[in-house]
Amino acid sequence: MQGFDRKAMAARLAQDIPEGWYVNLGIGIPTMVGDFVPLDREVILHSENGILGMGPAPAKENIDPWLVNAGKQPVTLRPGGSYCHHADSFAMIRGGHIDLCVLGAFEVAQNGDIANWATSENDTAPAVGGAMDLGAGAKRLWVIMEHTTKDGRPKLVEKCGYPLTTPGAVKRVYTNLGVFDVSAEKGFVVVDLAPGLTLAEVQAASGAVLHTQ
Amino acid sequence: MINKIVQSMADAMAGIKDGSTVLIGGFGAVGQPDQLIEALIEQGATDLVCVANNAGNGRVGLAKLMELGRVRKIICSFPRSAGSVVFEELYRAGKIELEIVPQGTMAERMRAAGAGVPAFFTATSVGTILANGKEEREFGGRRYVMEHALHGDVALVEGWEGDRWGNLTYRASGRNFNPVIAMAATMTIAQVSHIRELGELVPENVHTPGIFVNRVIQVDRGPDWA
Repeated sequence: MQGFDRKAMAARLAQDIPEGWYVNLGIGIPTMVGDFVPLDREVILHSENGILGMGPAPAKENIDPWLVNAGKQPVTLRPGGSYCHHADSFAMIRGGHIDLCVLGAFEVAQNGDIANWATSENDTAPAVGGAMDLGAGAKRLWVIMEHTTKDGRPKLVEKCGYPLTTPGAVKRVYTNLGVFDVSAEKGFVVVDLAPGLTLAEVQAASGAVLHTQ
Repeated sequence: MINKIVQSMADAMAGIKDGSTVLIGGFGAVGQPDQLIEALIEQGATDLVCVANNAGNGRVGLAKLMELGRVRKIICSFPRSAGSVVFEELYRAGKIELEIVPQGTMAERMRAAGAGVPAFFTATSVGTILANGKEEREFGGRRYVMEHALHGDVALVEGWEGDRWGNLTYRASGRNFNPVIAMAATMTIAQVSHIRELGELVPENVHTPGIFVNRVIQVDRGPDWA
């Protein structure tokens, strides 16, 4: 089962971001979302390392080594953008000023729990970064991720098996197979499915019940 | 006459004791005071607790300090990255202690230390294993965990410009943790790319007022960072 590729997933999510929102994009697929926000729609990107109004990656010859995003990749600053220090940057996050945060995840549970920072499957050190601050502080948290792991295990689950990043925080999930709201009453509710897929197929790849609206 | 500008790295590092807690600026390589870290390696202090967002890269700088066995414990938010080989080796071998702290909590703990706030409550990490053993309280129907201020004996800062009163500016996203750690330490040492005459920095644009800074030293970052 194919569904959306990563670019299409990022583009699908970008459609749903209205003008005027302050948005923090996590590392990985979330970062790609910024490339698909239409240029005539003013969405202000925040980067945890103290950038508000972050722009796209520069051409090679215009790279400024002093200007990187949360993934430490070179970026640019849009006109109107500004810099701040880390405590102010996380005051924006923890103080509830960020309209939307988009993160990747290992698992999302039907009650909105997210696990995206530590697994028990390797002996490397855990690395939380800003994920717990974003989960607890942003006005809304959307997750963008593959629907299943590489070996086919579902990532939409009844209950997370990995250590939690934030309980009950996820409002919506975008995967290669579709878009799902996380409702307090029902759990996962299908918003739409990737072209050509049936609910039965997507349900079979999920570890929790998918409800219809 | 107040003159916080020092001429040699030996002067910049003077008095740093074994067992010190050292706050280090930077987010990855950006805003990381590489020359000061090299000077600390040279200076010799050991049994250090280092506080930095990342756990070093390659085998230079903070990674080298760790590889030399001079770091007892690291407090950081994101130790695992592509180049963090030395940390990973030491961590697996049980030769370094790790305190993992959410990034915003880490910044706020140091801001609190600088502002005379001994502890505070935050929603970050509530309901996770990082809240284990921490005091919790409810305010307005929401749960919060108590976090303590994080003081440094020493802060190693990377600024862009500095003057003899210790006023600093930062360049682009190189600001990151630097102004926060500058407030939080007993001895704040800043490397800067440019020394300015007193009065030359625009007062409205000073990012770290000199009261938070003890020593300033000019370094050459090389043409890429000019």
